Parts: sequence; C-alpha cells; structure tokens
Amino acid sequence: MSAPLLVFFLLAALAVVGALSLILQKHPIHSALSLIVVMVSLAGLYLLMGAEFVAAVQIIVYGGAIMVLFVFVIMLLNASAEEHTDFSKLAKFGGLPLALALTGLLAAAMIRNGGAVPNSSTPDALASTTDISIMLFSTFVYPFELTSFLILVAIMGALVLAQREKKT
Amino acid sequence: MNAVTTFLTQDGGFWVLTLVKIALLLFIVLTVNAYLTWFERKVVALMQSRVGPHRVGPHGLLQPAADGLKFLFKEDVMPGGVDKFVYLLAPFLALTLALASLAVIPFGPKPLPPPFTFFGHQIDLWITNPEIGLLVLFSITALGVYGVALAGWASNSKYPLLGGLRSSAQMVSYELSMTMSVVGVLLMANSFSLTKIISLQDSSKWGLLSWNIFTFHGGFPQVVGFLCFFISAIAETNRVPFDLPEAESELVAGFHTEYSSFKFAMFFIAEYTSMITVSSLCAILFFGGWNSPFPATWTFTHFIPSLILIPFGLWVIFDGVKYETIFGKVILPGLGAAIAGVGTLLLAGLWIAPLHEISEYIQGPFWLLSKIFFFLFFYVWARGTLPRFRYDQLMNIGWKLLLPVSIANVIITAGCVLLWGHS
Repeated sequence: MSAPLLVFFLLAALAVVGALSLILQKHPIHSALSLIVVMVSLAGLYLLMGAEFVAAVQIIVYGGAIMVLFVFVIMLLNASAEEHTDFSKLAKFGGLPLALALTGLLAAAMIRNGGAVPNSSTPDALASTTDISIMLFSTFVYPFELTSFLILVAIMGALVLAQREKKT
Repeated sequence: MNAVTTFLTQDGGFWVLTLVKIALLLFIVLTVNAYLTWFERKVVALMQSRVGPHRVGPHGLLQPAADGLKFLFKEDVMPGGVDKFVYLLAPFLALTLALASLAVIPFGPKPLPPPFTFFGHQIDLWITNPEIGLLVLFSITALGVYGVALAGWASNSKYPLLGGLRSSAQMVSYELSMTMSVVGVLLMANSFSLTKIISLQDSSKWGLLSWNIFTFHGGFPQVVGFLCFFISAIAETNRVPFDLPEAESELVAGFHTEYSSFKFAMFFIAEYTSMITVSSLCAILFFGGWNSPFPATWTFTHFIPSLILIPFGLWVIFDGVKYETIFGKVILPGLGAAIAGVGTLLLAGLWIAPLHEISEYIQGPFWLLSKIFFFLFFYVWARGTLPRFRYDQLMNIGWKLLLPVSIANVIITAGCVLLWGHS
C-alpha cells in the first residue's frame, strides 16, 4: 500500500471515529472536541487531494473560529452531561433505521457508478489560492457577494438582539 | 502529484533528515525558551533596579536548569472533580501546537553548501516550506485557543473557568485583527509562502528601505500593518499588557491555576515558544527576514557578526575566570573561546576562499536571529514597563481600534498595489 493511500485511510478512520464519538459522547464539550477531530481530519484529506488553501481555511474557519464559539457557548452556559428524555429514546429507535437507509442509498449510488465516486470536473483548478480567488471573483462573484450580504444581515440581527433597551 | 503526495513518497533519507532537523530544532528552541525566562527576569530586574537571579551559577545562568528540575520533581497534583481526559489534553494541546508552528519558519536563505548533504538531500534551514506557510501558522494559532479554553473549563474551578472564558474571548477577538493586518504584506508578496515573502524584500540594492515596513516598491509601507500585527500578536500570546487570562490580582493564575508541576511548565513553554514564533513572524513579514539591513555593496557590513561575536566571546572569557566554581572557571571561558573562535573564523572567511562561503552563509541566519532577538527583547520590555489593560479597554482596542485600522490598511495597500504594483 502506498504512503498516500495509508494516510488517506488513517485520516478517514479518524474522521469516522470522531463522528461516531460526536454522537455517542454524553458531555457537550466532549462532543464538540470530537467534532474538531472530524474537522481537522477532513482538512488532512483536503491536503491529500492537493487543496492546500481549502485545507488551511477548513482548520481556520471550522476548526478554529466556529468550534471555538461552540466551546465558548458550552462553557458559558455551563452545560452538563445530556439527559435522556422519552423523545431522545425515540430518536434511538427511529434514527438507526434512518442511518442504515441513508448508508444503503449512498452505497447504491456508488455501485451504480461502478464502485467509484466520480472525479470532480476541475481536479487541479481549485488547488492554488490564485485559482480559487479568480473563480470566486469572476464566475461566482454574485453568489459570493450575496453570501456576504447574508452574513451582514445575520450580524445586524445579532446586534439588534444584543442591544440593550433604551432607558425611557 | 501535489505537494503532499510528493512529500509522502520521499525516500528514507529524507525522513531521517527531517526527524534529525526536528529534534535539533526542538532542542534549540527548548533551550532558548529556558534562557528566555532567565533573560526576561534579568532585564525586568534591571528595569526595576534589582539584580535578578544570581545565586545559581554565575549571573544566575543555571537558574533555568534549577527551575526545570523543580518542575519535574514537584508533586503532580490532579485536583478532584476535574474532567480527566480534557484536563490532561489541554496542556498537551497547547505545547504541541506552539511547537508545531516552528516547523514552517525558514531560518536561512540557502541550503548548507555542497559537502554537507544527507544521502543526496540538500540540507535546508527549515523543516518544511509549504506554499501556504502563513496560512498554516494561522490555522495553528486558531487551534491554539483550545489549550487555554479547555484548561480553564476542565479544571472544575471558578478562577480557571473565568480565565479560560476571558482568554478565548480575547484570542478570538485579536485573531481577526492579526489576520487582517498581514493581508497588506500578502497583497504585496502575492503569495502565502514565507520564503517568497522574504525574497521579495531583497535588500541587496536599497538595504532596509526594501523591507515591507519601509518599501514603496509595489505597495505601501506596512508601518500600520506591523503595529496592528505586533499588538494583536502580543494579545494572542497572552502577554503583558494583555495578560488578562492570568491576571494574578483578579484570577489567582487564571486558566492554569489548577495545574502543577510539569503540566504547568507545558503551558509556560507553550507561551514562550509562541513568543518566539511571533517574533520570527514580525521579522519575516515586515523586517525583511534574513535580509541584511545594508545594501550588498556595503561589504564592510559583513564584519558585523564577527565584530559582535569576538568582543562578546572575550568578555565571557574575562568574566568567567573571575569565578571560583568549575562552571565559571572552565565552562564560561570555554564558551567564550568558542564564540570568539567562530567570530575569528568568520572574519578570516572574508579573505580565505573556502571559509568565504561559510561567512556568506552565516549572514542570513545571523540577521534573522538578531531581529527575532530584538522582538523578544521588546516583549520583555513591554512586560517591564506597561500596566495591564482593563477588560473593557482590551475589547475596545481589539474591535474598535485595531480591526478598523487594519482593514483601512488593507484597502490603502490594495489601492497602491493596483496603482504601481506587480502586473
């Protein structure tokens, strides 16, 4: 087995174990930590595909910024280990068949494609930072700018909600 | 074949070489860390008209060794009611991430000259030099928050929790302005690669005027960018005047209150290592990295390393013989002789042909290390002279001052790059 393939399987296993641990952990902080493991191993997989910029951004944005916010909120709320309600027991019985069904669906789709996931149409175009930025500011400039407006609206919403009420 | 698969399919010699380089770098950095604590205590003592450590060895030079032994032999307390896994993970995470960031820092321009190769591999003065070097550093910084935040949470104690919360808020806030403030440099260099950023500041013609902080070539002087970067970086490393996460008058010791013995030392080493990383980044991004501050035509500036090393070596010999202990009598003069010897060798290298290459070779690392040393001194200087900020002041500086100013810097630099920059 070649070294890149070995690293791929290591990272893939790490991502799957992290994802399982995310669901199975009782404490929110442990779940958040497992999610970080998933994010970082995904970044490793991106690196393996040559998408260096995407890998770094994956860690900076998802592994860093977003998950820090998760951990921060969990710490602030001082959330303790999750409690099982009747509804969460229902999820256990309902969720398992659903997960199996999804796995079956994905497997079927892959088998139909001859046991392989089709390659993306632009394998190397998205690798370098320059190519990504050129695509972002030419082909996808409208979706990109619209997304930034969406984020701006979200920020303004948060500001309005967080604003102290004026004294009358 | 992309960079990572090429890296993974290298032969055994490459791996051995890389491991040796990592071990060497770790050894050097950990030693420098230890003596950085000594240096800090000495300088702060001078600023406060004290003597500083002077009992253990001449000038207290063995103090770091004594401290290290003490850290190792102290009882390793595990407080009751802590989340064991996270409690142990936190210092490990902090230290690993801090040390990992050193892997992408280039220390010199050229690989070792031809006779020094390792099974056909040239020996570069960096462990790895990825195209996205700066992004790697930022992603490591982004993950670095967890060490502090988790330590505070896992300790199951009020002060560490408050320290951890403060710290994660502070680090998240200042990460923004830190990242924004280097965008100017990135625009001018057109690359994330640290070696490319340095080689674009090549000073052989104009000397220090071609450093990013002064240059008008293809952009705008990054003075504002540098100030924003350095201030946010100090906050990011939780140092004075931004050391609120461990404000001892309010929070005992902040996030590491419940950590004892070597686990505390791990946080300590992590903090000092990130100081070194930040100082090297300042030198690389804004102050020309390994480029000398003088134009290449000023050949007499090649004497500078020798002119510093020889008198310093002689002084160490002279100072060492005054002591009556073995350390003073033997080791200090030996060390001094070695330093002066290297200095003389470099001086000789200016005329003797085979040594000439070595003399040329040492210039790059010499200037980079001097710059790093200057910024480390600045850290200590700030610690010795500045009072701590209040928490609301800290947040105001981060969000209302540094972030807008660094965004303005990005816009101005982008305009200048557009006007007279690279095509």
